[in-house]
Amino acid sequence: MTKDAPIAIELKGISKAFGPVQANKDINIAVPKGTIHGIIGENGAGKSTLMSILYGFYKADSGQILINGTPTPIPDSQSAIRAGIGMVFQHFKLVQNFTVLENVVLGAEEGALLGPSLRKARAELQRLAQEYDLDVDPDALIEDLSVGHQQRVEILKALYRQADILILDEPTGVLTPDEADHLFRILKGLRDQGKTVILITHKLREIMEATDNVSVMRRGTMVATVKTAETSPEALAELMVGRKVLLEVEKPPARPGALVLSVQDLRVRDEHGVERLKGVSLEIRAGEILGIAGVAGNGQSELLAALGGMMPATGSVSLNGAPLPLSGAGADGRSRRAAGVGHVPEDRQHHGLILDFTAWENVAFGYSDDPKYQANALFMSNDALRDDTRRKMETFDVRPPDCWLAAKNFSGGNQQKIVVAREFEQNPTLLLVGQPTRGVDIGAIEFIHKQLIALRDAGAAILLVSVELDEILSLSDRIAVMFDGQIMGTRDPDTTNERELGLLMAGITDTPKGEAA
Amino acid sequence: MDRLPKWADVTLVPLVSLLLAALCSALVILAIGQDPLEALDVMIQGTVMTASGWGYTLYYTTSFIFTGLAVTMAFHAGLFNIGGEGQAQLGGLGVALALLYIPWPHWSLALLGAACGAALFGALWAAIPAWLQAKRGSHIVITTIMFNYIAASLLIFLLVDVLRPAGQMDPATARFGPDAALPRFHEIPGLQTLFQRYTADGAVKLNAAGNIDYQIVPANVTFFVALLLALGVWALLWRTRLGYDIRAFGKSEAAARYAGIGATKIIMIAMILSGGLAGLMAINNVMGEAGRLVQNSASGAGFIGIAVALMGRNHPIGVVLAAFLFGFLFQGGAELGLWTKIPIEMRIVVQGLVILFTGALDVGVRMLLTRLFSLFRRPKPVAGGAV
Repeated sequence: MTKDAPIAIELKGISKAFGPVQANKDINIAVPKGTIHGIIGENGAGKSTLMSILYGFYKADSGQILINGTPTPIPDSQSAIRAGIGMVFQHFKLVQNFTVLENVVLGAEEGALLGPSLRKARAELQRLAQEYDLDVDPDALIEDLSVGHQQRVEILKALYRQADILILDEPTGVLTPDEADHLFRILKGLRDQGKTVILITHKLREIMEATDNVSVMRRGTMVATVKTAETSPEALAELMVGRKVLLEVEKPPARPGALVLSVQDLRVRDEHGVERLKGVSLEIRAGEILGIAGVAGNGQSELLAALGGMMPATGSVSLNGAPLPLSGAGADGRSRRAAGVGHVPEDRQHHGLILDFTAWENVAFGYSDDPKYQANALFMSNDALRDDTRRKMETFDVRPPDCWLAAKNFSGGNQQKIVVAREFEQNPTLLLVGQPTRGVDIGAIEFIHKQLIALRDAGAAILLVSVELDEILSLSDRIAVMFDGQIMGTRDPDTTNERELGLLMAGITDTPKGEAA
Repeated sequence: MDRLPKWADVTLVPLVSLLLAALCSALVILAIGQDPLEALDVMIQGTVMTASGWGYTLYYTTSFIFTGLAVTMAFHAGLFNIGGEGQAQLGGLGVALALLYIPWPHWSLALLGAACGAALFGALWAAIPAWLQAKRGSHIVITTIMFNYIAASLLIFLLVDVLRPAGQMDPATARFGPDAALPRFHEIPGLQTLFQRYTADGAVKLNAAGNIDYQIVPANVTFFVALLLALGVWALLWRTRLGYDIRAFGKSEAAARYAGIGATKIIMIAMILSGGLAGLMAINNVMGEAGRLVQNSASGAGFIGIAVALMGRNHPIGVVLAAFLFGFLFQGGAELGLWTKIPIEMRIVVQGLVILFTGALDVGVRMLLTRLFSLFRRPKPVAGGAV
């Protein structure tokens, strides 16, 4: 850390407990002015709590916040704004049917009449756009803007309120790689103009790419603050998890076998009648992983839902040569499972698990008619189910290994392991996997990836949907990119790169739309 | 946020809620110028201190177990069945038709036949709102309430214009045959000695014909049917695939779609079972007690079932216990009307207060107890992540 630069913001001994859970424990951190400071940590490490304290959402149990060397209490977000702190949340707080200008002024109006405020804001926006490469049409409606542009509006809002310290919470989760690169350019521009940026993320690549210094949090404590240039992703991962982590997936080459899944012209309309899947065709063979890359909301969810029997569709789908019904009788999750289709859903909390059920009850979810869980024709065998759960918990290292605990009381990673254990151990012919590691700790990610590869090598056909491009690149044997309900093209992970995929994800293609076969 | 230990949550919370309800009831009794302690004494004397008090209390308890189980069954499928009252009245119609038009050789067969009729009619009455919910999205709370009114009107029409024997004045069916009468507690060998009357010098009192003069009570064998059904509901919900699917669907409809649990199927089955249970109540009141079908036969038991299920935490054991509490209040309230200047309507006030405290205010009671508990517990900070 540069000793000579003045400290923009300093936290001294911040602690915060929620009941018995110590979310932040004696946090000390000093961020020099004019730097980009990364805060990295696994889910539940306490990053968000810390930032909420900084922005006045929570009050720390003890500790002090110093802004430019002066102790500054921040009891609410108004004080945070007055202290020059601006926050860009993961989920934007914009009024969809207001213009950019109106959103920027909202809450910072001067006087009863809007006119003068809007005129002032328009001039200010022009200046900011030039200075920081933050170009947005001030008269565009928010709902017409892309996600990347909406995020710029959030940044503009903070800057308009004279923020000197900008906090961004997981800003790239919704962006294409290209948009993320642009965001980092903006952040570097801000830094060069003397602003201080705090970037919260769980993605090592972004930390390495964009930050000057990085602080690592683990289980509520700040375990290290280092210069980014003097560390490596491996070292950071080890600090985050507390042990050595394999970042690269070890993957023997695929040996594709017979054709398992064939999808022709699959179309899905949502409940409003909007076509979400516009004629998707793809094929997957036994023993291979087809990765679906794409920005969230481009039809990947509907693809999984239609194949998993959760949503009616049209087109033709066959599994091992036998047609799968896409609507009406036989087009439901239970029939799919009977046909050998496993499904790790994108949203484990709303679909994959019944949160109020115990772990063992969840292990039967979707498989309650499995013969191995029946005592006789009338009753289920809860004993057999619990034994199976205990075994699964051991194999998949679910913590705590308590089969009576309600699903909601497990951490995200362990919830996912329960779902994964359930679906993987049914030895599916075809496995549908959506966001297998969303909100999952690095340690658990490594484990789930290994299991996926093992299942592939055992001969399963796997359809992998993920918004994490790294994950798609490292696990897939072929990559299909989806945009606006269509497959833009299929690439070989060994010969393609993030840039090429990023263009396809944004819908830019110079080759004709191909089939992912 | 601290949590209450499970034993305290299950026992202390309802007990403290009940105590508060009793205190409020005492204040109301004081306000009308009566003595709450005397009232409590009368209630206890008339319910659990005498054999005949038990005979009445358990009769009401039986009805409430049926309707409480009905609400519980639907609740686990995420459905709020408010239609127990109407379903129980239709159950009464099923009982009446089975007993009026089929000659039964023995009460046990009559019970079987009447139970089938009661369950069938109750189930049918619940199946229509269920179908409307599953296929048309009509909200089950609204439709079941409306079906209560339709049931009441239908029954009046049938009793006045169709089933009333010629020449009879009141809107009711003819009496069922003597072979269809269920054994009541004072008629069951072994149990009946409890209901003997005694003369002043302690000898067993005999009637004019020289037989033992038993106190007549309405509680009948249906009580044991109700207990068996409570066991059955528990086994169904927690030990079978169907019960698993019902509970999963009730917790999360979206997740059920993922698992392939059909919404229409679960809604129909759960409501049919629920309506059947509510309808079965009629074998207690219509067949066991009245011996004929009268107007408004369910007399509010369908609604009390909602409170019973609420208080019993939608678990069959809880339902049986809560049903007994409400049986006690019902019978105790009747005693108040009989022996004190407190009007019988007071039992509605007391019931209302019990429902208010155990149902609506138990969150407050739980918070209060949680705070009390944490006073006596040293906080143990545990290292961990953010919540």
